[in-house]
Amino acid sequence: MTSDKPIVVENPWERLRAFTDARIGLGRAGVSLPTGKLLEFQLAHAQAQDAVHCPLDVEALAQQLQEAFAFEHEPLRLHSQVEDRAMYLQRPDFGRRLNDDSRERLQKAAASQSRVNLAVVVVDGLSALAVQQNSQPFLKALYQQFEQDSAEWQLAPLTIVEQGRVAIGDEIGALLNADAVVVMIGERPGLSSPDSLGLYMTWAPEPGLKDDRRNCISNVRPGGLQMGEAARRLFLLLKEARQKKLSGVKLKDRSEDNVLDGDAAATGSPRNFLVAD
Amino acid sequence: MAQTYHSTVGSRHYHFKNLAELMAKATPPRSGDRLAGVIAESAEERVVAQMVLAELPLATFLNEVLIPYEDDEITRLIIDDHNIEAFAPIKHLTVGDFRNWLLSDHATPEVLQSVRAGITPEMAAAVSKLMRNQDLILVGKKCRVVTAFRNTIGLPGRLSTRLQPNHPTDDVTGIAASILDGLLYGSGDAVIGINPATDNVAQSVKLMRLMDEVIQKYQIPTQSCVLTHVTNTLEAIEQGAPVDLVFQSIGGTEATNRSFGFDLSILAEAEAAAQSLNRGTVGRNVMYFETGQGSALSADAHQGLDQQTCEARAYAVARKFNPLLVNTVVGFIGPEYLFDGKEITRAGLEDHFCGKLLGVPMGCDVCYTNHAEADQNDMDNLLTLLGVAGCNFVMGIPGSDDIMLNYQTTSFHDALYARRVLGLKAAPEFERWLTEMQIFQDVKTHRLNDQLPAAFANSLRHLPREPRHDV
Repeated sequence: MTSDKPIVVENPWERLRAFTDARIGLGRAGVSLPTGKLLEFQLAHAQAQDAVHCPLDVEALAQQLQEAFAFEHEPLRLHSQVEDRAMYLQRPDFGRRLNDDSRERLQKAAASQSRVNLAVVVVDGLSALAVQQNSQPFLKALYQQFEQDSAEWQLAPLTIVEQGRVAIGDEIGALLNADAVVVMIGERPGLSSPDSLGLYMTWAPEPGLKDDRRNCISNVRPGGLQMGEAARRLFLLLKEARQKKLSGVKLKDRSEDNVLDGDAAATGSPRNFLVAD
Repeated sequence: MAQTYHSTVGSRHYHFKNLAELMAKATPPRSGDRLAGVIAESAEERVVAQMVLAELPLATFLNEVLIPYEDDEITRLIIDDHNIEAFAPIKHLTVGDFRNWLLSDHATPEVLQSVRAGITPEMAAAVSKLMRNQDLILVGKKCRVVTAFRNTIGLPGRLSTRLQPNHPTDDVTGIAASILDGLLYGSGDAVIGINPATDNVAQSVKLMRLMDEVIQKYQIPTQSCVLTHVTNTLEAIEQGAPVDLVFQSIGGTEATNRSFGFDLSILAEAEAAAQSLNRGTVGRNVMYFETGQGSALSADAHQGLDQQTCEARAYAVARKFNPLLVNTVVGFIGPEYLFDGKEITRAGLEDHFCGKLLGVPMGCDVCYTNHAEADQNDMDNLLTLLGVAGCNFVMGIPGSDDIMLNYQTTSFHDALYARRVLGLKAAPEFERWLTEMQIFQDVKTHRLNDQLPAAFANSLRHLPREPRHDV
């Protein structure tokens, strides 16, 4: 070798990594990924693939939530028509509907219950980890919003669904005579975020509704959208849905603000550094 | 009365009850068609269906529509906009002859451009079902679709990238950091495009302003886009936001698009609104569409069609509104539609071919999710194949990891790999900018600058002092 240049070129902007989880400033060998960064990626992918196949410990979750919130009715444990993970991955249609046993039990539970404002449904989705870790802190933040509101919020018994998809909430909400349903579901694991919760809200739930009737808030996790902020946004959506009696694309999310401004306050910089002069 | 189709192979007789079923059964295997219950029941039945399809005159697709004209505005769009004169040179061909003709020396880039308006999505889908991967690549490369806004996308020998600086909380510093990383790796000539973490007009406007300020300050010959719902962008335009491109996910049936919350009249309104802003400097293509096989089935709106035919019909929607970019997000939807690397690869090549044949400026989000049977090697293969096929653009994201959407797509490094091995270049206006900004030592040999270019070194001095801590 005649050149004293390094084989791997580091990026002089590497310190930007302190400001984001994105894989920036990785450096390069030629124009390719250096070996260390390549293997870090491969490890993260391996872990995410494993997370997809990890089952929800539904017993532990139900117990944890009951202890935390002392519900009048214990959380109802439900199951979709999916039999195993392989079927879950290839048959989303089965994941959107309750199995017969769950439907019957839910009907029985709902028989004694009058109309409620909201049903909250916890669903494993593609990340049991997200549901296991984030359900309790998120529900705590959400219940605080209801308590602080001047209007009364009648809630259906909490339900926990195994092998479910988002749309299963519509069937559950309808069976529980709920004006609206919120589904808290484990999102597909990302490399940097195996623990991300998605929130989906539908006004007037019934089986067969499409995505245009739902509003979504995603990336709810300790390293993403914080529980309190997610609960605040969801609550604003619910208030507006209740007032206008609709949800989905006709109901714009007007929670706005505070995301960018909030970050600016946290970083001490009011502006994008790329244009700050 | 719809026609039925028959064939006998040896002692076995095959019956296809209508054109939609024939198309579906002729489709190379994929999990979404199995989920929909339209897949061929055996390998033999698939090839028999392909043989029957090969004998069909192309004109069949004008006389026998797959979704009734009265029921679906996309069928009406396809039929009403069909150009008989452009169709004339190929109207005598069967689907099988059409494949031969596309591969032949008769079908030069100029001739292919002249027949475009005479080809319907169903014709494109049908012929693609008879084609091997190399056929899709060869013909795809002959179909050139060039568009422009602040630069020119899709010229021969060029491969552009969408810089995708997504952040899970739309954090300004986090997004700016990814934009900087991308620009310094030569990414972003197709668009700088952010998927916002939350679908919200005010947030979208803030992101539009953020990108607009960067583009203006560094005089970057590129365009920005916030990938929010079309009605949000229309509202942003009313509020005076700096909108370059209007985004929308589109599908190939009216019911799919209704499930996405729009119809064709809204897209027309959006195109007119964005054009009225006159923000382009070298062209007026203002729409950015995303598609992907399986979206119609996912919305329970496929109406008995196979997913690849639905996808091709989405390109009829796209070409109506003169997009700058159309992106098939091929592996995003998950294993229930495209199970593994092989199915994703095939779908990516089909989409690129069908889009280009119909005159749509196709790019591809070469991607996969963590619940699909695919990995980085599959993406390397598809990226290389699409680079050979003359794909207009691919994604660029830090280290392949989208920390907002939770999937893996091509990285800034990947795009440079493809440009290097295939001798491809960025859009010409952007390529000049890369040299002027000293981002590359030598842009022709794809050699990046080892030092931080002066203009950006200055910006780093304005970094916030304390890194953001998650609270």
